[in-house]
Parts: sequence; C-alpha cells; structure tokens
Amino acid sequence: MNTDLRYTPSHWGKNLVLLVFHLFMVVYVVLIFYPLFNMVVSSLKTTREIFQNPFGFPRTLQWQNYWVVWVEKGFYRYFGNSLWVTAISMAFVLLFGSMASYGLSRYSFRLSFLLYLLFLSGIMLPLKAAIIPLFILVKSLGLMDRHLSIILIFIAMGLPSTVFILSGFMKTVPKELEYAARIDGCNDLSIYSRIVMPVSVPALALVTIYNAVPIWNDFFFPLVFIQSDRLKTLPVGLSSFFGQYSTNWSLLFSGLSIAILPMLILYLLMSNYFIRGMTAGAVK
Amino acid sequence: MVLSKDLQKSLWITFFVLPGLVIVAVFILLPLFLSLFNSLFSWNQLIRGEWVGFGNFRRIFFTSPYRERFFNALRNNGKWFLVTMLVQNIFGLVFGYLLSRRIPGHGFFRRTFFIPVLFSIVAVGFLWGLYLKPNGLVNAFLKLVGLEGYSRAWLGEESIATFSIIAVNIWRWVGFPSLVFLAAIDAIPLDSLEAAYLDGARETQVFSRIVLPLIVPALTVITVLTLIGSLNVFEQIYTMTGLDGSPNYSTDTIGTLFYRTAFGSVDSGNPEIGIGSAIGVVIYLLTFFASAGFIAISRGREVEL
Repeated sequence: MNTDLRYTPSHWGKNLVLLVFHLFMVVYVVLIFYPLFNMVVSSLKTTREIFQNPFGFPRTLQWQNYWVVWVEKGFYRYFGNSLWVTAISMAFVLLFGSMASYGLSRYSFRLSFLLYLLFLSGIMLPLKAAIIPLFILVKSLGLMDRHLSIILIFIAMGLPSTVFILSGFMKTVPKELEYAARIDGCNDLSIYSRIVMPVSVPALALVTIYNAVPIWNDFFFPLVFIQSDRLKTLPVGLSSFFGQYSTNWSLLFSGLSIAILPMLILYLLMSNYFIRGMTAGAVK
Repeated sequence: MVLSKDLQKSLWITFFVLPGLVIVAVFILLPLFLSLFNSLFSWNQLIRGEWVGFGNFRRIFFTSPYRERFFNALRNNGKWFLVTMLVQNIFGLVFGYLLSRRIPGHGFFRRTFFIPVLFSIVAVGFLWGLYLKPNGLVNAFLKLVGLEGYSRAWLGEESIATFSIIAVNIWRWVGFPSLVFLAAIDAIPLDSLEAAYLDGARETQVFSRIVLPLIVPALTVITVLTLIGSLNVFEQIYTMTGLDGSPNYSTDTIGTLFYRTAFGSVDSGNPEIGIGSAIGVVIYLLTFFASAGFIAISRGREVEL
C-alpha cells in the first residue's frame, strides 16, 4: 500500500467524521471484549453474586464450576465428539474434494462442466431446507443417532465449496509438471498425490478453515439426528445443558466459557490464517 | 491386459470424481429433488399418501393457521434482511473502508472484529440470551449509568424482541463484511486512487465514484450471503426466544416455522411432511430467485478497469 494514501489529518470536518467512526470502532471493540470478559468472570462467581454484583469480581473464585461442567456434566465428551466428528468429516472433505477437483480440473472431457455444476449446486442452496428427505434417508439407512449420519452430511456440505476453491487452484498448476512426471513413469494417482497435492497445500489450508469452523459450530444437523447424550457435539450438548440448568447461571457461564474460549485461543494464535480461510469463498 | 488410452482415462476420471459425486448426489441433490416430490403429496406421518398437486402450497398461502404463521414468519425474515443490510453491512462497508485507509490501530481492529465471527451461533445466542434477560447484564448496565428508564425485557416484548436478536447477530457477524470489503478495497489498483487524489477529489468523491463502483462484486457477494443468511435464521431464535418464536410468534421465522412443521407441528401436533416439504421448497425458490435477481442487477453495474 502506498504511504501517500494513508489516512492523514487534513480538513477539520473530515477529521470529525473520521473521529466519530473511529469512536464507533473503539466502542465495538469494547462490545466484543467486555461481554467475553464478563462471561469468564461470571463463570467464577456464585449465581447469587452474578445477580447482586454483575460488574464486580467474585469474592472467592468458584474454580470447581469448571470441574463440574467439564467432568460431571459431560462437556469433555461433547468436546471429544465435536473433535472426532469435525476431524473425520474434514479428512473426507479434503480427500474426496481434492480428488474430484483433480478429476474435474486436470482432464478435459465432455461431461466435466456438467459435473462441476452438479457439485456447485450445493453452494448456494441451504441444505437445512431439505431436512425432511434427509431425515427419511438417514432413518432408512439405519443411521439415526449415530455419528456417521452427521459425518456424511458434513462431508456433503463441505464438498461444493471445496471443489469450487480447489479446482480453481489446481487449474493454475502448470501442465509441464505433469508431463515431466509422466515421462518419469508416474501414473495418474501418483501425479495427484505427489505433484498436484503438495503444490496445493496453501489452497488446502484455506479450504480446511473454511469448512472446519462451520462444521465445528454446526447445530442444526446434530440437533435432528443425535439423541443420545453421550454422542452429542458441543453446540447440541450446550443447548441441552442450558435446558437443564437454566437457573444456575454460574454453571451456565462456565459452560459457555468452555464452548467459546478454545476457539478464541486458537484464533489468537493464527488469526490471519482464520481470516483468509473464512473469507475465502467471498474474496477473489 | 492393455487397456485403450481412452478407456484408461475414463477409468481414472471415474476413480477421482465418483466418491465425491456419490456423496453430493445422495445427500444434497437427491434430498433437494425429494423435497419437491414430497411437497406434491399428502402425508400421514412418515407414510406418503395421495397426490395433491399444489394443495400443500395452497394451504400455506391461503389456509389458517398456516397462512398467518407463514406470512408472519416471512415478514420477520424480511426485517432480518433489511436491518442487516442497513446496519451491519453499512457499518461493515465503513469499517472496511477505514481499515483500508490504514487508520491508527487498523491491525488491531482487523483482528478483533473477526473474533465473534468464529463463535458458534448457539454459544453467542445463549450468552446474549442471558445478558438480555430482565435481570441480565444489559439492564444492569443501564441502571449503572442512570438510564434505568430504558430497561426492557429485551427478548420478552413483541415490538423489540426480533430487533434484539438481530442486534446480537450483527454483533457476531459485522466483522465478516468489514474484512470482505477491506480485501476488495485493498485489491483496487493504486493508480486509480492516486490519480483521483492528484486531481483534487475529495474523500467522499473518491469513495462514491471510485471505490464503490470497483467493489460491486463484493457488494453482491455480501448482499447474496445476507439474503441466504436471513432466509435461514434458525439457531438465533432457537437459543434466544425458543422454537415457538415467542413472545406470541413475534420472533418466528421461516426456519423455526419449518422446523415446527416438519417435526412438531403447528396444527395437529404431528409432523406434517407435505406442508413442511412445501415450506422447504419455498425457501429454496426464494433463495434461488432472489440471489439470481441480485446477481443479475449487479452484473450490469460492474466496472472493469
């Protein structure tokens, strides 16, 4: 960015407008951090203290809240389920997505554009609206109340954007690399796995963030398909926890902190990576 | 065995494309098609009955209680779209523009604004649901600063509940349009901006005559995403005012109505597969035609350098 175009103090009217918007930004920052800070502080108070002294600090820190929520209320299981479901779904999104992208972008054949459009049709249309046939389908496959039901749906949800982003990227990989590998005796599978995939690592990273965050956070599909408490993912577990302990605000804030803080810490460690990944579908 | 070259190529293509294609076909395309199919039949629980043509659609549009519920919900989705466009996306545009001008602290703002975007709607909804309770943090804050008169049951009054939930959603999401617009503005070639400044253009002129026309694609993307998001509001309502869209259906949306119809029911207490599928089809058609409309409008306004 050219330094000449940076904001420089100039006309007082312009300064005033900028000051007002700058103030808005500062207010928004406070509106982001204070509720999160209050959440953590409240999680260490008793429910009585939360109501009597909402802005103050706890007299004694109720650390045992975290133990209660994590162990007794089963959040460790919700957390583990979310990790497992997200990891397995993402592994297959990346595998099948990259294979399909490779097939569609590195070969020229008659049906390729049609197939590409079939993959992409899932990008714009909300899969939630097809929950009734999905419900009947999952039921008839005998997958109700099993992780496999949501894993299959998450894979399907992730594939359209993955094919869109990856096939765009793979098209730019020079054909010469492929020819050279062929002369060295590589077959199509090893060109995919040893040439195109290693070159595509940056795009694969974007696709991972783009899909893993919504899968980790998804609520709707596990709500419909998972009933057993021991199989619930974090958002659904949090929801039933809120239903059960609606008056124990101290525990509720601890549960929320457990649901929110890991993502926050992960984000603070690699924020640029998250920003680029999440906006990958909207930014060219 | 030696296979012909063409056959070999076809086999490789099949090998690469088939696994993904099968999953997309079975879990996206088939349900999509079946929604349409199911909506044309009457249903007794999970058993398909007779062909009723557009009967289910007629019931949604013309028969109580579905008509009232449907149009009430659709109006709320309309509110979601309008308020989000006017408040969230205009703030997003201004924030994105200021960040692109590298105002003091821009790096910190950029990182911070994106924090709530990563959180699950469910966690955000429950968190603000507690804060917005009559005895929650928001009213406590108003009392602290002497504005007790403005205390409300933010999620309990029909006239404001929807706007409270929209405000929470804006809190969570405004960083997204901000950073998409920032990226779009940063991608504008510097020469065009420099030329404008050298010609003595004012800030507002630069913004409206140069920046805006050049980021039309980003404006379209954000508009279409806002539209899809507004038609799919569900978790926000579920966590803050409940599946029934209380109080008195004032926060009900197509998403919650659809869920109640499909799994609980509005009318008889049983799942209504036919009517539910019809609502699903309406969601699809609205999403498709409205998005296509916005894309068509903006196509004409795109400027290439």
